[in-house]
Amino acid sequence: MGVGSDEALFQSLLRLGDNTLVLGHRLSEWCGHAPALEEDIALANTALDLMGQTRHWLSLAGEIEGKGRSEDDLAMLRDVWDFRNVLLVEQPNRDYGHTLMRQFLFDHFHLLMLRGLSESSEARVAEIAIKSVKEVTYHAERSAELIIALGDGTDESHRRMQDALDWLFPYVGEMFETDAIDTEIAAKGIAPLPADLRPAFDAQLGAILDEATLTMPSDAFAHKGGRTGFRHTEHLGHMLASMQWLQRAYPGAQW
Amino acid sequence: MGMDAPTNEKPEWPLWEVFIRGQHGMSHRHFGSLHAPNAEMAIKAARDVYTRRKEGVSIWVVPANEITASSPSDKGPLYEPAEDKVYRHPSFYKIPDDIGAM
Amino acid sequence: MYAQLIKAEHAGDEDTARAEAFQQRIDAGEKIEPKDWMPEGYRRTLIRQIGQHAHSEIVGQLPEGNWITRAPTLERKTILLAKVQDEAGHGLYLYCAAETLGVSRDEMTEMLLDERMKYSSIFNYPTLTWADMGAVGWLVDGAAIMNQVPLQRTSFGPYARAMIRICKEESFHQRQGFDIMNRLANGTPEQHRMAQNALDRFWYPSLMMFGPSDAESVHSEQNMAWKIKMNGNDELRQKFVDLTVPQAEYLGLTIPDETLRWNDEKGGYDFAGPDWGEFFDVIKGNGPCNRERLEARRKAWDDGAWMRDGLLAHAEKKAARAAKAAA
Repeated sequence: MGVGSDEALFQSLLRLGDNTLVLGHRLSEWCGHAPALEEDIALANTALDLMGQTRHWLSLAGEIEGKGRSEDDLAMLRDVWDFRNVLLVEQPNRDYGHTLMRQFLFDHFHLLMLRGLSESSEARVAEIAIKSVKEVTYHAERSAELIIALGDGTDESHRRMQDALDWLFPYVGEMFETDAIDTEIAAKGIAPLPADLRPAFDAQLGAILDEATLTMPSDAFAHKGGRTGFRHTEHLGHMLASMQWLQRAYPGAQW
Repeated sequence: MGMDAPTNEKPEWPLWEVFIRGQHGMSHRHFGSLHAPNAEMAIKAARDVYTRRKEGVSIWVVPANEITASSPSDKGPLYEPAEDKVYRHPSFYKIPDDIGAM
Repeated sequence: MYAQLIKAEHAGDEDTARAEAFQQRIDAGEKIEPKDWMPEGYRRTLIRQIGQHAHSEIVGQLPEGNWITRAPTLERKTILLAKVQDEAGHGLYLYCAAETLGVSRDEMTEMLLDERMKYSSIFNYPTLTWADMGAVGWLVDGAAIMNQVPLQRTSFGPYARAMIRICKEESFHQRQGFDIMNRLANGTPEQHRMAQNALDRFWYPSLMMFGPSDAESVHSEQNMAWKIKMNGNDELRQKFVDLTVPQAEYLGLTIPDETLRWNDEKGGYDFAGPDWGEFFDVIKGNGPCNRERLEARRKAWDDGAWMRDGLLAHAEKKAARAAKAAA
């Protein structure tokens, strides 16, 4: 694939920053509309954490790229095919069950990834990861607790959580997809190989879903195309249409 | 008009009183209340609502209906936002001197 | 204000001596706490006022929440999200304060949704451009602060404590609004127009937030004696105008009032009042967004029911299992 070393790091940072950007944006859509006030506040905290992490990752990405692009240039002025987030995080909120299930699936991957990144040979990466890991440990705890409670709650909450799991499970595999960029970055000790995180993820997922009385789908099929940018879902374009509106409508303005 | 007659037969998440000891706090202090389905979730909600997840705090939650109160005495609570959320502080915004107080 | 047109409930036929002693405590600056004796009228007026204040915070999330997904930079997005989240927190503190008076949050929520309780009519105005985030922070929060700062000294302890925390957290809200306006007013010509347009639309609704003139407000006297209402409407409105006009001048924006003049004699501005016909229309449900706001709150409440019920059911199952294991 012939990626230069800075290019591989740049792409890896976009993958990290676009995941948190897109998921943080999705969560922010709930603000003012969540099922309970406590939940509205908690979800906004998660969104704020993810936005904070986004700013660190994208600023560093811009720095590594060396073309003078800021975090906002990267967030607001790239089109769909240049986004590198996994398809899971761009899935719409649908109901609160989908939102929590998407969060749960991502959190457990995210935590494993950040733990690996905390030991990165690239100091700037390690620094961001060490800060983020504290926040994401809490996200993962919270989402697991909610998945267990709602899976093992009422018949309706169980059904909704199983539906959400069935719907979202085909987007799990992509998080662990490993390509030439990942291999190069892993070889330098910058980041763990995503594929290496899967066994730990599966073990945790299995235990939590058991407790939640939810059934893990047996079909291992995985949609992909987000983290390479080759083929996102239709949802991302609509998100960008809102997110980037002002920057696109008033080019060059300062906000 | 039955302004405060109960109209809602559905069960509500119970009310919890929240006590927090900060990093340098001498003892737990009453911070406020919230609703949560059980104690574990009340603890998490308390972190989200009252500490915005500041590290190193200890939280107690007590079911509000299990508190026996004598006569009231409770001073205004102190609230410290998380240290890295600088934008929550007014000093984050540069306001020109010549426009008066804001 | 956020709690506008609060009627004083009649004191009822309680023991006059008790009511007098109660008034003396208030006059002496003592705080009334939930377990203290209080006149029924005081309790009911407070439920109405604190409840309306809480509802205003929650409904107030909607017009600003409308722009979270479209904020122009990551920093602005983060700040706006934190601010709207604060409003949820403030609603929560206020509901808790009202609950100490014997009404549950769910009951208050039902009363909001079936329109037995109101919220501030300012939130029935739409937010159409990014500059509205500036105008809402600068003018709406600015007007709210005028009222909320004195309420930190209100006579009911839980309400006063909630207001203290709220004022502390809100201290950044108005500034972030002004900061947005400042950037736009000094930005490109289009941005300047956007800022002026927002000021044009939000100026009079902001003046309405203080409520009709005290001369027409029949309930003020009792509420002021109880220290539930701390200042007159006209007094606060004048103070707001006097503080805001120089800020608008600094921004290079024009307040949409041709009659606006400095009056040396009174040491304040003369200004045009808002259209009170419009004010009462909005209160009656005919504001630009009344139906959308309630629809959004009802949707959140109804769609969230399964989730709230699910968590409660699990908590009960878990408690039952623990009890069984202990037996």
